[in-house]
Amino acid sequence: MTLRRTSGRVAANVLVWGYAAMILLPTLWVLSNAFKYKIDIITGATLSPVTWSNFEQLLFSRQSQFLWNLLNSAFVAVSSTAIVIVIATMAAFTLGRLRVPGWVRWPILGWALLFQMLPTLTFVGSWYVMWSAIGLHGTYISVILTHVVHNLPMGLFLMLSFMSALPHEIFQAARMDGCSNSQMFWRVAFPLVRGGMIAATALIFIFSWSDFAIALTLTSPATMTAPVAIATFAQEYDIRYGEMAAGTLLSIVPALILILVGQRFIVRGLLAGAVK
Amino acid sequence: MNTMIKPGVVIRRNKRWLVLSLAPVAVFFLVLSGFPVLNLLGLSFFDVEWREGAAEFNYIGLENYHRLFLEETIYWAGVRNTLVFAVTVVTCQMVLGFSMALAVKRAGSVGRTILTGIFLLPIVIPPIVIGTMWRLVMGREFGLANTLLRWFGLNEVDWLGNPDIALASVMFVDIWHWTPFVFLLMLAGLESLDEEVLDAARLDVTGFWQEVRHIVLPLMLPTILITVIFRVILSFKVFDEVYLLTSGGPGTATEVVNFSIYRTFFRQDQVGYGSAMSVVTLFAIALTIILARGVLARRRNAEEAE
Repeated sequence: MTLRRTSGRVAANVLVWGYAAMILLPTLWVLSNAFKYKIDIITGATLSPVTWSNFEQLLFSRQSQFLWNLLNSAFVAVSSTAIVIVIATMAAFTLGRLRVPGWVRWPILGWALLFQMLPTLTFVGSWYVMWSAIGLHGTYISVILTHVVHNLPMGLFLMLSFMSALPHEIFQAARMDGCSNSQMFWRVAFPLVRGGMIAATALIFIFSWSDFAIALTLTSPATMTAPVAIATFAQEYDIRYGEMAAGTLLSIVPALILILVGQRFIVRGLLAGAVK
Repeated sequence: MNTMIKPGVVIRRNKRWLVLSLAPVAVFFLVLSGFPVLNLLGLSFFDVEWREGAAEFNYIGLENYHRLFLEETIYWAGVRNTLVFAVTVVTCQMVLGFSMALAVKRAGSVGRTILTGIFLLPIVIPPIVIGTMWRLVMGREFGLANTLLRWFGLNEVDWLGNPDIALASVMFVDIWHWTPFVFLLMLAGLESLDEEVLDAARLDVTGFWQEVRHIVLPLMLPTILITVIFRVILSFKVFDEVYLLTSGGPGTATEVVNFSIYRTFFRQDQVGYGSAMSVVTLFAIALTIILARGVLARRRNAEEAE
Protein backbone atom coordinates (compact mmCIF):
# COMPACT_ATOMS: atom_id res chain seq x y z
CA MET A 1 0.00 0.00 0.00
CA THR A 2 2.74 2.43 0.95
CA LEU A 3 4.70 1.40 -2.12
CA ARG A 4 1.69 2.03 -4.33
CA ARG A 5 1.10 5.36 -2.68
CA THR A 6 4.72 6.41 -3.20
CA SER A 7 4.69 5.35 -6.84
CA GLY A 8 1.41 7.22 -7.34
CA ARG A 9 2.98 10.30 -5.85
CA VAL A 10 6.00 10.02 -8.12
CA ALA A 11 3.78 9.51 -11.18
CA ALA A 12 1.64 12.54 -10.32
CA ASN A 13 4.67 14.75 -9.90
CA VAL A 14 6.29 13.52 -13.10
CA LEU A 15 3.06 14.31 -14.94
CA VAL A 16 2.52 17.87 -13.70
CA TRP A 17 6.17 18.86 -13.53
CA GLY A 18 6.64 17.39 -16.99
CA TYR A 19 3.91 19.74 -18.21
CA ALA A 20 5.50 22.62 -16.31
CA ALA A 21 8.77 21.87 -18.12
CA MET A 22 6.91 21.96 -21.41
CA ILE A 23 5.71 25.45 -20.53
CA LEU A 24 9.08 26.68 -19.31
CA LEU A 25 11.41 25.16 -21.87
CA PRO A 26 10.19 26.93 -25.04
CA THR A 27 9.51 30.13 -23.08
CA LEU A 28 13.01 30.33 -21.64
CA TRP A 29 14.55 29.30 -24.95
CA VAL A 30 12.84 32.18 -26.76
CA LEU A 31 13.54 34.70 -24.01
CA SER A 32 17.21 33.68 -23.87
CA ASN A 33 17.51 34.87 -27.47
CA ALA A 34 16.98 38.38 -26.20
CA PHE A 35 20.48 38.28 -24.71
CA LYS A 36 22.25 36.74 -27.69
CA TYR A 37 23.89 38.12 -30.81
CA LYS A 38 22.12 37.24 -34.03
CA ILE A 39 24.98 35.02 -35.16
CA ASP A 40 24.70 32.90 -32.01
CA ILE A 41 20.93 32.56 -32.41
CA ILE A 42 21.29 31.39 -35.99
CA THR A 43 24.09 28.93 -35.33
CA GLY A 44 22.29 27.65 -32.24
CA ALA A 45 25.26 28.16 -29.94
CA THR A 46 24.33 27.05 -26.45
CA LEU A 47 26.96 28.92 -24.46
CA SER A 48 27.19 32.32 -26.05
CA PRO A 49 28.28 35.72 -24.76
CA VAL A 50 25.53 37.74 -23.08
CA THR A 51 24.65 41.04 -24.70
CA TRP A 52 22.26 43.91 -24.04
CA SER A 53 22.53 45.15 -27.62
CA ASN A 54 19.07 43.83 -28.59
CA PHE A 55 17.43 45.92 -25.89
CA GLU A 56 19.47 48.98 -26.85
CA GLN A 57 18.52 48.58 -30.50
CA LEU A 58 14.88 47.97 -29.68
CA LEU A 59 14.38 50.78 -27.21
CA PHE A 60 16.79 53.53 -28.18
CA SER A 61 17.62 53.17 -31.86
CA ARG A 62 16.18 55.82 -34.17
CA GLN A 63 14.41 53.31 -36.43
CA SER A 64 12.67 51.60 -33.56
CA GLN A 65 9.32 52.76 -32.21
CA PHE A 66 9.07 50.08 -29.56
CA LEU A 67 9.51 52.25 -26.50
CA TRP A 68 6.66 54.36 -27.84
CA ASN A 69 4.58 51.20 -28.48
CA LEU A 70 5.07 50.13 -24.87
CA LEU A 71 3.99 53.55 -23.62
CA ASN A 72 0.92 53.38 -25.88
CA SER A 73 0.05 49.96 -24.46
CA ALA A 74 0.42 51.23 -20.92
CA PHE A 75 -1.67 54.35 -21.59
CA VAL A 76 -4.47 52.43 -23.31
CA ALA A 77 -4.53 49.68 -20.67
CA VAL A 78 -4.48 52.08 -17.69
CA SER A 79 -7.23 54.35 -19.07
CA SER A 80 -9.55 51.62 -20.27
CA THR A 81 -9.13 49.59 -17.06
CA ALA A 82 -9.88 52.64 -14.91
CA ILE A 83 -13.12 53.32 -16.81
CA VAL A 84 -14.19 49.67 -16.71
CA ILE A 85 -13.58 49.36 -12.97
CA VAL A 86 -15.42 52.57 -12.06
CA ILE A 87 -18.55 51.90 -14.08
CA ALA A 88 -18.58 48.14 -13.49
CA THR A 89 -18.31 48.55 -9.70
CA MET A 90 -21.21 51.00 -9.55
CA ALA A 91 -23.40 48.90 -11.82
CA ALA A 92 -22.49 45.68 -10.00
CA PHE A 93 -23.53 47.24 -6.69
CA THR A 94 -26.88 48.29 -8.10
CA LEU A 95 -27.52 44.97 -9.86
CA GLY A 96 -26.24 42.85 -7.02
CA ARG A 97 -27.59 44.64 -3.95
CA LEU A 98 -30.53 46.83 -4.91
CA ARG A 99 -33.99 46.14 -6.22
CA VAL A 100 -33.83 46.69 -9.98
CA PRO A 101 -36.78 46.05 -12.30
CA GLY A 102 -36.38 42.84 -14.33
CA TRP A 103 -36.69 44.60 -17.68
CA VAL A 104 -33.55 46.57 -16.77
CA ARG A 105 -31.58 43.81 -15.09
CA TRP A 106 -31.92 40.89 -17.53
CA PRO A 107 -31.13 42.69 -20.79
CA ILE A 108 -27.92 44.06 -19.24
CA LEU A 109 -26.76 40.76 -17.73
CA GLY A 110 -27.93 38.63 -20.66
CA TRP A 111 -26.24 40.81 -23.23
CA ALA A 112 -23.04 40.98 -21.14
CA LEU A 113 -22.95 37.18 -21.05
CA LEU A 114 -23.60 36.79 -24.77
CA PHE A 115 -21.33 39.62 -25.88
CA GLN A 116 -18.45 38.27 -23.80
CA MET A 117 -18.61 34.95 -25.60
CA LEU A 118 -19.00 36.22 -29.17
CA PRO A 119 -15.78 36.38 -31.20
CA THR A 120 -14.20 39.83 -31.13
CA LEU A 121 -13.46 39.49 -34.82
CA THR A 122 -17.14 39.62 -35.72
CA PHE A 123 -17.24 43.15 -34.26
CA VAL A 124 -13.97 44.72 -35.39
CA GLY A 125 -15.22 45.42 -38.91
CA SER A 126 -18.12 47.44 -37.57
CA TRP A 127 -15.94 49.25 -35.02
CA TYR A 128 -13.56 50.19 -37.81
CA VAL A 129 -16.39 51.58 -39.94
CA MET A 130 -17.99 53.44 -37.02
CA TRP A 131 -14.82 55.10 -35.74
CA SER A 132 -13.78 56.01 -39.28
CA ALA A 133 -17.17 57.55 -39.96
CA ILE A 134 -16.72 60.07 -37.14
CA GLY A 135 -13.06 60.63 -37.94
CA LEU A 136 -11.68 59.00 -34.80
CA HIS A 137 -10.09 55.92 -36.30
CA GLY A 138 -6.47 55.58 -35.20
CA THR A 139 -6.90 57.78 -32.12
CA TYR A 140 -6.43 56.77 -28.51
CA ILE A 141 -10.12 57.44 -27.85
CA SER A 142 -11.25 54.78 -30.30
CA VAL A 143 -8.96 52.06 -28.90
CA ILE A 144 -9.61 52.94 -25.26
CA LEU A 145 -13.41 53.08 -25.54
CA THR A 146 -13.48 49.88 -27.59
CA HIS A 147 -11.34 48.15 -24.97
CA VAL A 148 -13.79 49.38 -22.34
CA VAL A 149 -16.79 47.76 -23.99
CA HIS A 150 -14.79 44.62 -24.75
CA ASN A 151 -13.72 44.11 -21.11
CA LEU A 152 -16.89 45.45 -19.50
CA PRO A 153 -18.70 42.07 -19.23
CA MET A 154 -15.70 40.55 -17.46
CA GLY A 155 -15.48 43.53 -15.08
CA LEU A 156 -19.21 43.42 -14.45
CA PHE A 157 -19.28 39.69 -13.62
CA LEU A 158 -16.17 39.87 -11.46
CA MET A 159 -17.49 42.80 -9.42
CA LEU A 160 -20.93 41.21 -9.25
CA SER A 161 -19.42 38.07 -7.69
CA PHE A 162 -17.57 40.19 -5.11
CA MET A 163 -20.69 42.28 -4.36
CA SER A 164 -22.89 39.20 -3.93
CA ALA A 165 -20.38 37.70 -1.50
CA LEU A 166 -20.89 40.56 0.99
CA PRO A 167 -23.12 39.71 3.97
CA HIS A 168 -26.75 40.70 3.59
CA GLU A 169 -27.06 42.01 7.17
CA ILE A 170 -24.71 44.96 6.64
CA PHE A 171 -26.89 46.37 3.91
CA GLN A 172 -30.03 45.77 5.93
CA ALA A 173 -28.54 47.59 8.88
CA ALA A 174 -27.44 50.48 6.69
CA ARG A 175 -30.93 50.74 5.21
CA MET A 176 -32.44 50.79 8.72
CA ASP A 177 -30.13 53.66 9.61
CA GLY A 178 -31.64 55.56 6.72
CA CYS A 179 -28.80 55.34 4.24
CA SER A 180 -29.69 56.33 0.71
CA ASN A 181 -28.48 54.20 -2.22
CA SER A 182 -25.46 56.35 -2.91
CA GLN A 183 -24.51 56.47 0.77
CA MET A 184 -24.76 52.67 0.91
CA PHE A 185 -22.44 52.44 -2.05
CA TRP A 186 -19.82 54.88 -0.79
CA ARG A 187 -19.86 54.02 2.92
CA VAL A 188 -20.68 50.31 2.94
CA ALA A 189 -20.09 48.52 -0.35
CA PHE A 190 -17.09 50.42 -1.68
CA PRO A 191 -14.81 49.95 1.37
CA LEU A 192 -15.70 46.25 1.50
CA VAL A 193 -15.03 45.37 -2.13
CA ARG A 194 -11.74 47.22 -2.43
CA GLY A 195 -9.84 43.90 -2.43
CA GLY A 196 -12.09 42.61 -5.19
CA MET A 197 -11.56 45.81 -7.16
CA ILE A 198 -7.80 45.28 -7.05
CA ALA A 199 -8.19 41.71 -8.33
CA ALA A 200 -10.48 42.85 -11.14
CA THR A 201 -8.16 45.75 -12.01
CA ALA A 202 -5.19 43.41 -12.34
CA LEU A 203 -7.03 40.99 -14.60
CA ILE A 204 -8.61 43.60 -16.82
CA PHE A 205 -5.33 45.46 -17.16
CA ILE A 206 -3.76 42.22 -18.42
CA PHE A 207 -6.61 41.67 -20.90
CA SER A 208 -6.33 45.17 -22.28
CA TRP A 209 -2.53 45.00 -22.40
CA SER A 210 -2.69 41.65 -24.26
CA ASP A 211 -5.34 42.60 -26.79
CA PHE A 212 -4.28 42.16 -30.38
CA ALA A 213 -7.37 42.11 -32.62
CA ILE A 214 -8.77 45.50 -31.59
CA ALA A 215 -5.41 47.25 -31.51
CA LEU A 216 -4.49 45.74 -34.88
CA THR A 217 -7.55 47.15 -36.60
CA LEU A 218 -8.06 50.44 -34.75
CA THR A 219 -4.58 51.86 -34.15
CA SER A 220 -2.50 54.01 -36.47
CA PRO A 221 1.33 53.99 -36.47
CA ALA A 222 1.24 56.74 -33.81
CA THR A 223 -1.05 54.84 -31.43
CA MET A 224 0.21 51.31 -32.18
CA THR A 225 0.48 49.09 -29.09
CA ALA A 226 3.22 46.58 -28.25
CA PRO A 227 1.42 43.37 -29.38
CA VAL A 228 0.79 44.86 -32.83
CA ALA A 229 4.43 45.92 -33.07
CA ILE A 230 5.61 42.42 -32.10
CA ALA A 231 3.38 40.88 -34.77
CA THR A 232 4.94 43.25 -37.30
CA PHE A 233 8.46 42.15 -36.32
CA ALA A 234 7.52 38.52 -36.74
CA GLN A 235 6.30 39.05 -40.28
CA GLU A 236 9.23 41.01 -41.63
CA TYR A 237 11.17 39.27 -44.36
CA ASP A 238 14.45 39.47 -42.46
CA ILE A 239 13.32 38.64 -38.94
CA ARG A 240 15.41 40.31 -36.24
CA TYR A 241 15.21 37.41 -33.80
CA GLY A 242 17.11 39.06 -30.98
CA GLU A 243 15.07 42.26 -30.96
CA MET A 244 11.85 40.30 -31.31
CA ALA A 245 12.75 38.18 -28.27
CA ALA A 246 13.65 41.32 -26.35
CA GLY A 247 10.28 42.87 -27.25
CA THR A 248 8.52 39.69 -26.19
CA LEU A 249 10.33 39.75 -22.86
CA LEU A 250 9.41 43.39 -22.20
CA SER A 251 5.76 42.82 -23.11
CA ILE A 252 5.30 39.98 -20.62
CA VAL A 253 6.69 41.96 -17.69
CA PRO A 254 3.21 42.98 -16.40
CA ALA A 255 2.08 39.35 -16.52
CA LEU A 256 5.18 38.21 -14.63
CA ILE A 257 4.75 40.85 -11.94
CA LEU A 258 1.11 39.83 -11.56
CA ILE A 259 2.00 36.16 -11.12
CA LEU A 260 4.64 37.00 -8.53
CA VAL A 261 2.53 39.43 -6.54
CA GLY A 262 -1.06 38.39 -7.03
CA GLN A 263 -1.23 34.70 -7.81
CA ARG A 264 -4.25 34.24 -5.58
CA PHE A 265 -6.03 37.16 -7.23
CA ILE A 266 -5.66 35.72 -10.72
CA VAL A 267 -6.82 32.25 -9.77
CA ARG A 268 -9.83 33.69 -7.93
CA GLY A 269 -10.67 36.09 -10.74
CA LEU A 270 -10.33 33.51 -13.48
CA LEU A 271 -12.47 31.03 -11.58
CA ALA A 272 -15.13 33.67 -10.88
CA GLY A 273 -15.14 34.62 -14.55
CA ALA A 274 -15.25 31.07 -15.80
CA VAL A 275 -18.04 29.50 -13.82
CA LYS A 276 -20.55 32.27 -14.56
CA MET B 1 -28.48 61.17 9.60
CA ASN B 2 -31.25 61.90 7.16
CA THR B 3 -33.61 63.44 9.65
CA MET B 4 -33.39 66.82 7.93
CA ILE B 5 -34.28 65.43 4.51
CA LYS B 6 -37.84 64.71 3.52
CA PRO B 7 -38.64 61.11 2.52
CA GLY B 8 -39.73 62.21 -0.96
CA VAL B 9 -36.29 63.67 -1.60
CA VAL B 10 -34.61 60.42 -0.54
CA ILE B 11 -36.80 58.40 -2.90
CA ARG B 12 -35.97 60.72 -5.77
CA ARG B 13 -32.25 60.52 -4.94
CA ASN B 14 -32.40 56.74 -4.77
CA LYS B 15 -34.01 56.61 -8.19
CA ARG B 16 -31.36 58.95 -9.52
CA TRP B 17 -28.66 56.58 -8.22
CA LEU B 18 -30.25 53.63 -10.01
CA VAL B 19 -30.24 55.51 -13.28
CA LEU B 20 -26.78 57.03 -12.90
CA SER B 21 -25.10 53.79 -11.84
CA LEU B 22 -26.51 51.72 -14.67
CA ALA B 23 -26.51 54.30 -17.45
CA PRO B 24 -22.76 54.16 -18.34
CA VAL B 25 -22.82 50.38 -18.73
CA ALA B 26 -26.04 50.52 -20.74
CA VAL B 27 -24.69 53.29 -23.00
CA PHE B 28 -21.43 51.43 -23.68
CA PHE B 29 -23.30 48.24 -24.49
CA LEU B 30 -25.84 49.96 -26.70
CA VAL B 31 -23.48 52.19 -28.65
CA LEU B 32 -20.40 49.96 -28.99
CA SER B 33 -21.81 46.45 -29.01
CA GLY B 34 -25.54 46.57 -29.74
CA PHE B 35 -25.40 49.16 -32.50
CA PRO B 36 -22.48 47.41 -34.28
CA VAL B 37 -24.67 44.32 -34.74
CA LEU B 38 -27.33 46.46 -36.48
CA ASN B 39 -24.60 48.28 -38.37
CA LEU B 40 -23.18 44.99 -39.68
CA LEU B 41 -26.65 43.83 -40.63
CA GLY B 42 -27.21 47.07 -42.56
CA LEU B 43 -23.80 47.06 -44.25
CA SER B 44 -24.29 43.47 -45.37
CA PHE B 45 -26.87 44.62 -47.94
CA PHE B 46 -24.41 47.01 -49.57
CA ASP B 47 -21.41 46.92 -51.79
CA VAL B 48 -18.97 49.40 -50.30
CA GLU B 49 -16.23 50.91 -52.38
CA TRP B 50 -13.49 53.23 -51.18
CA ARG B 51 -12.79 56.16 -53.47
CA GLU B 52 -10.24 58.71 -52.38
CA GLY B 53 -10.82 57.99 -48.72
CA ALA B 54 -14.60 58.26 -48.94
CA ALA B 55 -16.93 55.28 -48.92
CA GLU B 56 -19.47 54.77 -51.69
CA PHE B 57 -22.45 52.62 -50.85
CA ASN B 58 -24.43 50.67 -53.46
CA TYR B 59 -27.49 48.75 -52.30
CA ILE B 60 -27.30 45.21 -53.66
CA GLY B 61 -29.93 43.40 -51.58
CA LEU B 62 -29.06 39.85 -50.65
CA GLU B 63 -26.23 39.47 -53.12
CA ASN B 64 -23.53 39.27 -50.43
CA TYR B 65 -25.40 36.40 -48.76
CA HIS B 66 -25.99 34.75 -52.10
CA ARG B 67 -22.27 34.88 -52.77
CA LEU B 68 -21.36 33.68 -49.27
CA PHE B 69 -23.63 30.64 -49.37
CA LEU B 70 -23.27 29.64 -53.01
CA GLU B 71 -19.91 30.79 -54.31
CA GLU B 72 -17.61 31.10 -51.31
CA THR B 73 -15.13 28.30 -50.59
CA ILE B 74 -12.46 29.76 -48.27
CA TYR B 75 -14.91 30.80 -45.53
CA TRP B 76 -16.52 27.35 -45.45
CA ALA B 77 -13.11 25.68 -45.32
CA GLY B 78 -12.58 27.97 -42.31
CA VAL B 79 -15.86 26.83 -40.74
CA ARG B 80 -14.80 23.21 -41.13
CA ASN B 81 -11.36 23.90 -39.65
CA THR B 82 -12.84 25.88 -36.78
CA LEU B 83 -15.12 22.97 -35.85
CA VAL B 84 -12.30 20.41 -36.14
CA PHE B 85 -10.11 22.76 -34.11
CA ALA B 86 -12.72 23.25 -31.36
CA VAL B 87 -13.57 19.56 -30.95
CA THR B 88 -9.94 18.42 -30.99
CA VAL B 89 -8.39 21.02 -28.71
CA VAL B 90 -11.18 20.90 -26.12
CA THR B 91 -11.11 17.09 -25.97
CA CYS B 92 -7.34 17.04 -25.48
CA GLN B 93 -7.44 19.87 -22.93
CA MET B 94 -10.16 18.18 -20.91
CA VAL B 95 -8.47 14.76 -20.85
CA LEU B 96 -5.04 16.18 -20.04
CA GLY B 97 -6.29 18.78 -17.56
CA PHE B 98 -8.57 16.36 -15.75
CA SER B 99 -5.91 13.63 -15.51
CA MET B 100 -3.35 16.02 -14.09
CA ALA B 101 -5.86 17.46 -11.62
CA LEU B 102 -6.85 13.97 -10.50
CA ALA B 103 -3.21 12.97 -10.03
CA VAL B 104 -2.44 16.08 -7.99
CA LYS B 105 -5.63 15.72 -5.91
CA ARG B 106 -4.88 12.10 -5.02
CA ALA B 107 -1.13 12.14 -4.63
CA GLY B 108 -0.32 15.75 -3.95
CA SER B 109 2.52 17.51 -5.65
CA VAL B 110 5.66 19.24 -4.50
CA GLY B 111 5.93 23.00 -4.82
CA ARG B 112 2.27 23.86 -5.40
CA THR B 113 2.82 27.63 -5.41
CA ILE B 114 5.62 27.52 -7.97
CA LEU B 115 3.67 25.00 -10.02
CA THR B 116 0.57 27.22 -10.08
CA GLY B 117 2.77 30.16 -11.05
CA ILE B 118 4.21 28.25 -14.01
CA PHE B 119 0.75 27.04 -15.06
CA LEU B 120 -0.58 30.60 -14.99
CA LEU B 121 2.14 31.76 -17.36
CA PRO B 122 0.46 30.77 -20.66
CA ILE B 123 -2.87 32.14 -19.38
CA VAL B 124 -1.66 35.65 -18.63
CA ILE B 125 1.00 36.36 -21.25
CA PRO B 126 -0.37 38.02 -24.41
CA PRO B 127 -1.57 35.47 -27.02
CA ILE B 128 0.46 37.27 -29.66
CA VAL B 129 3.58 36.55 -27.62
CA ILE B 130 2.61 32.87 -27.52
CA GLY B 131 2.24 32.95 -31.30
CA THR B 132 5.64 34.60 -31.66
CA MET B 133 7.27 32.10 -29.33
CA TRP B 134 5.93 29.07 -31.15
CA ARG B 135 6.69 30.57 -34.54
CA LEU B 136 10.31 30.69 -33.39
CA VAL B 137 10.21 27.23 -31.79
CA MET B 138 8.60 25.71 -34.89
CA GLY B 139 10.76 27.69 -37.29
CA ARG B 140 12.14 25.52 -40.05
CA GLU B 141 15.83 26.26 -39.79
CA PHE B 142 16.72 27.65 -36.38
CA GLY B 143 13.70 26.49 -34.40
CA LEU B 144 14.08 24.59 -31.15
CA ALA B 145 11.82 21.75 -32.34
CA ASN B 146 13.91 20.95 -35.39
CA THR B 147 17.18 21.46 -33.51
CA LEU B 148 16.06 18.77 -31.08
CA LEU B 149 15.02 16.45 -33.92
CA ARG B 150 18.42 16.86 -35.53
CA TRP B 151 20.14 16.05 -32.24
CA PHE B 152 18.37 12.72 -32.21
CA GLY B 153 19.32 12.16 -35.84
CA LEU B 154 15.76 12.55 -37.15
CA ASN B 155 14.57 14.45 -40.20
CA GLU B 156 13.41 18.01 -39.67
CA VAL B 157 9.73 18.80 -40.06
CA ASP B 158 8.16 21.84 -41.69
CA TRP B 159 5.74 22.34 -38.81
CA LEU B 160 3.90 25.38 -40.16
CA GLY B 161 4.54 25.11 -43.90
CA ASN B 162 3.37 21.57 -44.60
CA PRO B 163 -0.41 21.60 -45.29
CA ASP B 164 -0.83 18.16 -43.72
CA ILE B 165 0.77 19.21 -40.43
CA ALA B 166 0.05 22.94 -40.10
CA LEU B 167 -3.42 22.63 -38.51
CA ALA B 168 -2.13 20.04 -36.05
CA SER B 169 0.72 22.40 -35.13
CA VAL B 170 -1.69 25.27 -34.50
CA MET B 171 -3.93 22.97 -32.44
CA PHE B 172 -0.91 21.84 -30.46
CA VAL B 173 -0.14 25.45 -29.53
CA ASP B 174 -3.73 26.01 -28.41
CA ILE B 175 -3.74 22.81 -26.33
CA TRP B 176 -0.44 23.89 -24.76
CA HIS B 177 -1.98 27.32 -24.11
CA TRP B 178 -5.25 26.31 -22.42
CA THR B 179 -4.67 22.94 -20.73
CA PRO B 180 -3.26 24.68 -17.61
CA PHE B 181 -6.50 26.67 -17.31
CA VAL B 182 -8.61 23.50 -17.50
CA PHE B 183 -6.27 21.90 -14.98
CA LEU B 184 -6.78 24.75 -12.48
CA LEU B 185 -10.58 24.66 -12.93
CA MET B 186 -10.69 20.88 -12.53
CA LEU B 187 -8.42 20.94 -9.48
CA ALA B 188 -10.59 23.60 -7.84
CA GLY B 189 -13.64 21.44 -8.62
CA LEU B 190 -12.07 18.28 -7.22
CA GLU B 191 -10.94 20.04 -4.07
CA SER B 192 -14.41 21.39 -3.42
CA LEU B 193 -15.94 17.89 -3.43
CA ASP B 194 -17.19 16.79 -0.05
CA GLU B 195 -14.60 14.47 1.57
CA GLU B 196 -17.19 12.72 3.71
CA VAL B 197 -19.31 11.83 0.71
CA LEU B 198 -16.21 10.55 -1.06
CA ASP B 199 -15.14 8.44 1.92
CA ALA B 200 -18.60 6.93 2.33
CA ALA B 201 -18.80 6.12 -1.37
CA ARG B 202 -15.34 4.55 -1.33
CA LEU B 203 -16.65 1.72 0.86
CA ASP B 204 -18.74 0.48 -2.06
CA VAL B 205 -16.09 0.36 -4.75
CA THR B 206 -12.79 -1.36 -5.19
CA GLY B 207 -9.87 0.06 -7.06
CA PHE B 208 -8.88 3.41 -8.45
CA TRP B 209 -10.63 3.19 -11.83
CA GLN B 210 -13.95 2.17 -10.31
CA GLU B 211 -13.70 5.05 -7.92
CA VAL B 212 -13.03 7.51 -10.75
CA ARG B 213 -15.76 6.07 -12.94
CA HIS B 214 -18.54 5.65 -10.41
CA ILE B 215 -17.85 8.39 -7.88
CA VAL B 216 -15.57 11.19 -9.07
CA LEU B 217 -16.87 11.55 -12.62
CA PRO B 218 -20.57 11.71 -11.69
CA LEU B 219 -19.86 14.24 -8.93
CA MET B 220 -17.70 16.34 -11.23
CA LEU B 221 -20.07 16.18 -14.20
CA PRO B 222 -21.60 19.67 -13.73
CA THR B 223 -18.15 21.31 -13.53
CA ILE B 224 -16.91 19.29 -16.50
CA LEU B 225 -19.96 20.20 -18.57
CA ILE B 226 -19.64 23.92 -17.86
CA THR B 227 -15.91 23.86 -18.62
CA VAL B 228 -16.44 22.03 -21.92
CA ILE B 229 -19.09 24.49 -23.08
CA PHE B 230 -17.02 27.47 -21.94
CA ARG B 231 -13.89 26.20 -23.70
CA VAL B 232 -15.69 25.26 -26.94
CA ILE B 233 -17.26 28.69 -27.22
CA LEU B 234 -13.96 30.41 -26.42
CA SER B 235 -12.13 28.27 -28.96
CA PHE B 236 -14.39 29.81 -31.64
CA LYS B 237 -12.56 33.04 -30.82
CA VAL B 238 -9.19 31.78 -32.05
CA PHE B 239 -7.42 34.45 -34.09
CA ASP B 240 -4.17 35.84 -32.67
CA GLU B 241 -2.17 32.63 -32.88
CA VAL B 242 -3.43 31.78 -36.35
CA TYR B 243 -2.64 35.30 -37.55
CA LEU B 244 0.94 34.98 -36.38
CA LEU B 245 1.70 31.32 -36.98
CA THR B 246 0.24 30.65 -40.40
CA SER B 247 -2.18 33.41 -41.49
CA GLY B 248 -4.58 30.66 -42.49
CA GLY B 249 -2.12 28.96 -44.83
CA PRO B 250 -0.66 27.06 -46.47
CA GLY B 251 -3.63 27.17 -48.85
CA THR B 252 -6.65 26.88 -46.57
CA ALA B 253 -5.00 24.35 -44.23
CA THR B 254 -5.35 26.53 -41.13
CA GLU B 255 -8.06 28.94 -42.25
CA VAL B 256 -10.49 29.79 -39.43
CA VAL B 257 -13.65 31.91 -39.64
CA ASN B 258 -12.16 34.80 -37.70
CA PHE B 259 -9.28 35.02 -40.09
CA SER B 260 -11.61 34.94 -43.11
CA ILE B 261 -13.52 37.89 -41.67
CA TYR B 262 -10.32 39.80 -40.99
CA ARG B 263 -8.95 39.19 -44.47
CA THR B 264 -12.18 40.14 -46.21
CA PHE B 265 -12.52 43.38 -44.23
CA PHE B 266 -8.99 44.58 -43.88
CA ARG B 267 -6.90 43.04 -46.67
CA GLN B 268 -9.47 42.93 -49.45
CA ASP B 269 -11.47 46.00 -48.36
CA GLN B 270 -14.79 44.23 -48.95
CA VAL B 271 -16.78 45.87 -46.19
CA GLY B 272 -20.22 44.71 -47.33
CA TYR B 273 -19.18 41.12 -47.92
CA GLY B 274 -17.18 41.04 -44.67
CA SER B 275 -20.28 42.29 -42.83
CA ALA B 276 -22.37 39.47 -44.27
CA MET B 277 -19.72 37.00 -43.06
CA SER B 278 -19.71 38.62 -39.61
CA VAL B 279 -23.50 38.51 -39.38
CA VAL B 280 -23.70 34.81 -40.31
CA THR B 281 -20.89 33.92 -37.87
CA LEU B 282 -22.35 36.09 -35.12
CA PHE B 283 -25.82 34.58 -35.31
CA ALA B 284 -24.56 31.01 -35.64
CA ILE B 285 -22.43 31.34 -32.51
CA ALA B 286 -25.09 33.27 -30.58
CA LEU B 287 -27.54 30.47 -31.35
CA THR B 288 -25.01 27.88 -30.13
CA ILE B 289 -24.52 29.81 -26.89
CA ILE B 290 -28.25 30.17 -26.26
CA LEU B 291 -28.85 26.46 -26.96
CA ALA B 292 -25.96 25.48 -24.67
CA ARG B 293 -27.35 27.66 -21.88
CA GLY B 294 -30.72 26.02 -22.41
CA VAL B 295 -29.21 22.55 -22.02
CA LEU B 296 -27.38 23.62 -18.86
CA ALA B 297 -30.48 25.22 -17.35
CA ARG B 298 -32.57 22.15 -18.13
CA ARG B 299 -30.02 19.86 -16.47
CA ARG B 300 -29.97 22.08 -13.41
CA ASN B 301 -33.77 22.05 -13.18
CA ALA B 302 -33.84 18.27 -13.57
CA GLU B 303 -31.33 17.92 -10.76
CA GLU B 304 -33.30 20.20 -8.48
CA ALA B 305 -36.46 18.23 -9.19
CA GLU B 306 -34.80 14.97 -8.10
